[in-house]
Amino acid sequence: MKIVNQPLRKKDAMQLVTGQPVYTDDLAPKDCLIVKLLRSPYANAIIESINTAVATKVPDIEAIFTFEDVDQEGKRCTYAGQTYPEPSPYDRLLLDRHVRFVGDVVAIVAGRTEKAVDKALSLIKVKYNVLEAVLDFHTALDNPVLVHPEATWEALCPVGADNKRNLCASEVISDGDVDGVLTDCDVVIDRIYRVKAVQQNMMEPFCTYCTIDTYGRLHVVSSTQIVFHARRIIANALHIPKTQVRVTKPRIGGGFGAKQSCVSEMYPAFVTWKLKKPSKIVFSRHECHIAASPRHEMEIKVRLGATKEGKIRAIDVYTLSNTGAYGEHGPTTVGLSGHKSIPLYRTEAFRFGFDVVYTNLQAAGAYRGYGAPQGIFAVESAVNELAAKLKIDPITLREMNITHEGDIMPAYYGAPNTSCALDKCLAQVREMSGWNEKFPVRYMANGKVRSMGVAIAMQGSSIPYCDVGGATIKVNDDGSYTLLIGAADMGTGCDTILAQMAAEVLECEFEQIQVFGADTDASPYDSGSYASSTTYITGNAVTTCAKKIRAKICELGAKKLECAVEDVVFDGKYVRSTVNDKSISLTAIAAASQCFNNIALQETVEMDSLLSPPPFMAGVAELEIDLLTGETAVANYYASVDCGTPINPHLAKVQTEGGILQGIGMSLMENITYSSDGRVYENSLMQYKIPTRQDIGHIHVDFACSYEESGPYGAKSVGELVINTPAPAIADAVYQATGKRFFTLPITPEKIALGEENE
Amino acid sequence: MEITLTLNGRKITRSVEADLALLDFVRNEGCYSVKRGCDTSNCGLCTVFLDDKPVLSCSVLAARADGHRVTTMEGLQKEAAEFGAFIADQGAEQCGFCNPGMIMNALALFRENTEPSEEEIKEYLAGNLCRCSGYEGQLRGIQNFIAWKKAQGKEE
Amino acid sequence: MLTIRELKKAATLEEAWQLNQKRINRVMGGMLWLRLSKGNVATMIDLSALGLDKIEETETEFRIGAMVTLRQLEMHEGMAAYTNGAMKEALRHIVGVQFRNLATVGGSVFGRFGFSDVLTIFMALDAKVELYKGGIIPISEFAQMKYDRDILVHVIVPKQKLACSYESVRIAKTDFPVLTCAAAMTETGVQLAVGARPAKAALVKDEQQILSLPITEEKAKAFAEYAAKLLPTESNNRGSAKYRTHLIKVLAVRAILALGGNA
Repeated sequence: MKIVNQPLRKKDAMQLVTGQPVYTDDLAPKDCLIVKLLRSPYANAIIESINTAVATKVPDIEAIFTFEDVDQEGKRCTYAGQTYPEPSPYDRLLLDRHVRFVGDVVAIVAGRTEKAVDKALSLIKVKYNVLEAVLDFHTALDNPVLVHPEATWEALCPVGADNKRNLCASEVISDGDVDGVLTDCDVVIDRIYRVKAVQQNMMEPFCTYCTIDTYGRLHVVSSTQIVFHARRIIANALHIPKTQVRVTKPRIGGGFGAKQSCVSEMYPAFVTWKLKKPSKIVFSRHECHIAASPRHEMEIKVRLGATKEGKIRAIDVYTLSNTGAYGEHGPTTVGLSGHKSIPLYRTEAFRFGFDVVYTNLQAAGAYRGYGAPQGIFAVESAVNELAAKLKIDPITLREMNITHEGDIMPAYYGAPNTSCALDKCLAQVREMSGWNEKFPVRYMANGKVRSMGVAIAMQGSSIPYCDVGGATIKVNDDGSYTLLIGAADMGTGCDTILAQMAAEVLECEFEQIQVFGADTDASPYDSGSYASSTTYITGNAVTTCAKKIRAKICELGAKKLECAVEDVVFDGKYVRSTVNDKSISLTAIAAASQCFNNIALQETVEMDSLLSPPPFMAGVAELEIDLLTGETAVANYYASVDCGTPINPHLAKVQTEGGILQGIGMSLMENITYSSDGRVYENSLMQYKIPTRQDIGHIHVDFACSYEESGPYGAKSVGELVINTPAPAIADAVYQATGKRFFTLPITPEKIALGEENE
Repeated sequence: MEITLTLNGRKITRSVEADLALLDFVRNEGCYSVKRGCDTSNCGLCTVFLDDKPVLSCSVLAARADGHRVTTMEGLQKEAAEFGAFIADQGAEQCGFCNPGMIMNALALFRENTEPSEEEIKEYLAGNLCRCSGYEGQLRGIQNFIAWKKAQGKEE
Repeated sequence: MLTIRELKKAATLEEAWQLNQKRINRVMGGMLWLRLSKGNVATMIDLSALGLDKIEETETEFRIGAMVTLRQLEMHEGMAAYTNGAMKEALRHIVGVQFRNLATVGGSVFGRFGFSDVLTIFMALDAKVELYKGGIIPISEFAQMKYDRDILVHVIVPKQKLACSYESVRIAKTDFPVLTCAAAMTETGVQLAVGARPAKAALVKDEQQILSLPITEEKAKAFAEYAAKLLPTESNNRGSAKYRTHLIKVLAVRAILALGGNA
């Protein structure tokens, strides 16, 4: 491999480091109307009346829209970016008379200046009929107070949803006699774990601008991971035909799943559609904390049984998930809490059940890992506790029980484990971290304690029987190629790695591939950038497409050489005859394609998948803890990753480092607390603390790669996997240092110093 | 009110409202590298130089810059490209949204201290948040740049 | 968002003070958290033409102008030497260099914020504020005063025979502190300033002479217990009262032992 598996610079690297204007708010026309939202101060209320008379008179105000501008009996939709028909319930109205969480949208204001809009917002008079709110997800199921009592609520898919019970999804699956096996086990770990509704906190807030195009259609330019789904969602929300909507994306300042829902798009879309003027919305950071699409709060009960020699025999997982006021990604995230944790181990029996409930809190969404981090925190913590109980080294215990390449994984939809170097990952991380010398605890000269904890993880690579990855390649007249994709580069570098794959197949220079990003008019269909699908599924589409282009080049080249197409070969620069010494250059073929030619040098491929080959990893946390104050520093984090072939080793490494730090943030400092009336306290970067560069010592990443035959050049995925190990690894390192186990994240200095978990 | 300031070497006079933030002022002048990332002066994305000192432009009134020099990345393209190349070589400029602020602040650090230790780097840049990279790749890029600059200095 | 009708660079302190007597006007500090503040200000009073951006060091004192930035104070070599590095320790965790290049000593001290590292260390150093009309007032007294319309002109740190140290606990490195603790030993004895309780810094003096020289770990622990009993703590989303009281005991011991404490 000449280009794949090389650490090339991203195609947009120099533009980004020199600060070029390539993000949504940099590109918005200067005359865009400013759009802002009036938000409910109540967790559950009906708007009795809303008076915009005074607000509308503020100079420079163009329009104010309320529930009175939206058909309240109209068809609802979901804002979740998923393949149609979406598993998420259709429970949203653009402007709803019933507001369901503190921050829910009450009115849309559009004006020529920010000051005018702010003034108008303060002058809108709303009379609320405040209702009792469901604020505790433990009491949401069958609560007499219903979050979605409306008759127009709809569930398109059989996910076990029932709005009359505040139920968004429910299921139980099992294999073998879990209760019987557990009863027979020598040891059973039986615990409840809790992960809160943490925020992706990408550095670029949600933002969107809209214009009316040459054909009178709505053109939405947004910081989104899902252009095609967004088109459907916006059309549904506005009750306009999809043909009237075009969605494109520029550079995105981070997503991590937050932008796998439509959070901001529909508001300027409505304004521009109604007023036929350009408009934009830029969420404040405050809005990104109270009305975004955070991780689903989950409470996970695990029963894990083993022999006293350390053979894990059964795992029983029950997840209660809080989807908040709306059901985006509710029915789907919960599944990973079991399907991406239990299959890590060979078991005789397993059971996985779940309920997803509505509450009058911020609506959750998709966040890197998508349910796996919560489930892996639970199951891996239980495995660590088992190791301690049996006095077996936690890495050794895992080596005795993990899944291996070739296994069938009953808890992973019965899929085969087609490529797996997890055993090598464990061995590598043991070596890298100095585990044998350092585990469990060392007392340092500075009075602090250093302790070690380990965890393993898996994820998937695309959603099988569902995701579609698309690629179009065309040959330009200078012999360069344009690769059109519908997947969204949100900083991950997929534009770059897909170009690397194309260049490898086409045997050309990396610089000869230009990438055209996601545009619903011009791009081939792609589900979008989520579910760790881009490298695997879109990558397969790209390589297949590139092979087809080679065939087209040969076809036209052979025609020009007056040979049979079987008698030519293409070496990236020339089509050569194998029967004589004639050849024609790629540039000559490209020129020929533009004159008296009927062979299109363009191909489109749509790819699906029957598999979702899991990437695997092992992570070790080395903590330095001040036992008296409880302050905990991650001195080192070691990770060994099996992502299949890393298409770009530098990008895979940086993805891993970034994901690990997000996991560390979730474990030690990112907290969510509510007032008694349902307001989030951590509503700014002043209160919601993400790790700074002083909050981490060093992250060490290495790769122990398997080769996935079904993936492009042996690749699987890496994007989500990497957030999954820190929480359980850190929790066990805390236990090793303090003798105390903690079951709710984050594990704060207070918990460590006082040895108590008061949650 | 009317203010006159030097923006990236160019003297400009503008009529502004008293409460216009310098961040919005420079973006209105086409300096789109300067980003807004928060409302609470916490993230560092809006870092510009005010008379060569790195400051948060979200927290400076444009009127306060009257009579002063303001520098954004648009006025430091050569330095940004020279140093930024080392970040690019790590793949550490992921989404890129934090990069202008971080690079501006790093350039300020290098002007104060040509050979900062790892701890000094982390402390100086502590006010520049990043969510994508885990900071490790940025640190590698910075340390490689410092070593390269030092070697360059020796050659001269 | 704060709206401001006009900015006025005061030519004299008297002009600044006159303007500040109107409730719709306000004195401008570092202007951080601009987008957080609400309300309407008619005239924002700018003190930057009054030469208050200097730290003057004499043999008897430091005179720190109200417009001196936290970064200037952090990097001042004389102050670093005088406080054994404690001033730098108190300041270096505050958000970031860019933030400290804007935040002013005057703004930080006048605010008398609970979370203030600045107030904590100044209190331990027996600093005084110089108010335009109110004159020179010890900072521990100033901390208890209600907000008024006077103008803070200087913070004065008198030079004494001093050993000084600073401790704080934060959940994330550049976050608001969960607790702050500054210790100072002068010829009159040891005193402790403890802040972010979450209430603002309060001074604990060694009236019972628990910390007679030489200071031992046992004596430090006894004084820490004493301080913890004296100072009320409360709970907020960064920590419980119980945790803060526990931290007082821990940080006080560390801060006191860091003083040296051998005659």
